[in-house]
Amino acid sequence: MTIVLGIESSCDETGVGLVRLDGDGRLELLADEVASSVEQHARFGGVVPEVASRAHLEAMVPTMRRAFEVAGLKLSDVDAIAVTSGPGLAGALLVGVSAAKAYALSLGVPLYGANHLAGHVAADTLEHGPLPSPCLALLVSGGHSQLLRVDDLATRITEIGSTIDDAAGEAYDKVARVLGLPYPGGPPIDRAARRGNPRAIAFPRGLTGPRDAEYDFSFSGLKTAVARWVEARERDGEEVPLDDVAASFQEAVADVLTAKAVRAAERFDIGTMVVSGGVAANSRIKALAAERCAAAGITLRVPKPRLCTDNGAMVAALGAHLVAAGVEPSSLDLSATPGLPVSTVSV
Amino acid sequence: MLVLAVDTSTPAVTAGVLDLPADGPPTLLAERVTVDAKAHGELLTPHVRDALAAAGKALAEVDAVVCGTGPGPFTGLRAGMVTAAALGHALDRPVHPVCSLDAIAAEAPGDPLLVVTDARRREVYWAAYGPGGARTAGPDVVAPAELAGRLAELGVTRVAGARIFDFGLPVVGPEHPTPVGLVTAAAAVLRAGAEPGDLTPLYLRRPDAVEPGARKRVSRA
Repeated sequence: MTIVLGIESSCDETGVGLVRLDGDGRLELLADEVASSVEQHARFGGVVPEVASRAHLEAMVPTMRRAFEVAGLKLSDVDAIAVTSGPGLAGALLVGVSAAKAYALSLGVPLYGANHLAGHVAADTLEHGPLPSPCLALLVSGGHSQLLRVDDLATRITEIGSTIDDAAGEAYDKVARVLGLPYPGGPPIDRAARRGNPRAIAFPRGLTGPRDAEYDFSFSGLKTAVARWVEARERDGEEVPLDDVAASFQEAVADVLTAKAVRAAERFDIGTMVVSGGVAANSRIKALAAERCAAAGITLRVPKPRLCTDNGAMVAALGAHLVAAGVEPSSLDLSATPGLPVSTVSV
Repeated sequence: MLVLAVDTSTPAVTAGVLDLPADGPPTLLAERVTVDAKAHGELLTPHVRDALAAAGKALAEVDAVVCGTGPGPFTGLRAGMVTAAALGHALDRPVHPVCSLDAIAAEAPGDPLLVVTDARRREVYWAAYGPGGARTAGPDVVAPAELAGRLAELGVTRVAGARIFDFGLPVVGPEHPTPVGLVTAAAAVLRAGAEPGDLTPLYLRRPDAVEPGARKRVSRA
């Protein structure tokens, strides 16, 4: 039995997770504490890196204390530490990495610099158990939109496609602003969309032409198309049908994400798909993924929303997989790597 | 009392292990210092480990941690502060904050002193100290020209810290906060066994962030 501590600070959530790895390879989640600075960013309409970094420093030790209290564990119970070393915001990552190194030195336990994106995939194993090999992962969040082939969570992850401009979550934030909805844009657009008609407006599906990159995404053009459509209505003095715009925008995002993901699974003959990241909490993306996976005979796995968004539990889970796979720990001169590629699961 | 001192408020990545006797100045047992403004996150914990090894001490023997709280460039400063906070938590030892400029001043006792460090963006962090070593003004962040205009009013006759502006004054003391300076500045609090103050960074500047104005239209009017 191994207790793994996970630390996450790549964006605006300070996350501390504790996971128990049992002898038979099963994981149990013991604590998942998150301190978010999202409200401090709301008035700026997006994450302000310096504001996020300041919040991480303030929240790190208190969040750590809460996690141990919830788990009923002592710091000395920890057998290994995993920390997000990238990708993410440089100044934000540095807070978590520096803290993790100090804890690892003090407790005399191995340290693993872990990939944030691999962590999102690992989050699902906390809820649904081990992943078959291979599986396909669709990661959608405010900072990432990627299709990954996961042969081994601890050692072998390959990028199949990614966004060439905005992440899906970024498009939600920008469209929310056009519609006068609050930041972050995902939840209010999802709520409005449920009242609207998804076929009311035919917004463009990015990179779906015959010569376009088959597994890459683009959401920048969609965002601009929504803004143009809304502005044209306003110019003509017509009322903007907010619910229909939200539903039609959301349909375009969900359509492209799930169509490309299912096509990739079929092309590479992969029978299981994991959808994770903050945007995976979106109701339409989940529903359309379920519908299309069922039609294609693909097993769909989506962690509960709490595990989809950034947290320390997913990093602890990835750390447990690294320990179980016998991966070499990181050195204490580990540093943050803002552009860490997903193929580097641990550093 | 065995004290671990860290500071990352300047380009120096500093860790030291010291003995603070009941009376008199601290004795430096070992220190590790690298001057590299980009390496704070990478090197501080290895420096702590290596300084302890060189001193022949284990982390568990440390009685207290002293941490420079700036002012200093934000990202590097946070690396030191979160490291100190985590060490204190993991070891269950107090972490005592020290203004990093005070640590520099502690190693240049004597006549009224100005301490400056590089705040980048053509500004300096500064504080002034009286003949007894007490801080009389600052810490603050200003353009060097503005600080130069205040020297007479501050009554300082010497300058310590970053060798970037000497303001025509004799340069004394260390360039960066040292382990000895940090522990000297915290000595009274350490000896009294007092509850540590808040471990709050001295940023002295607000984050660069502007609230967005009206949304820009994408279509031509």
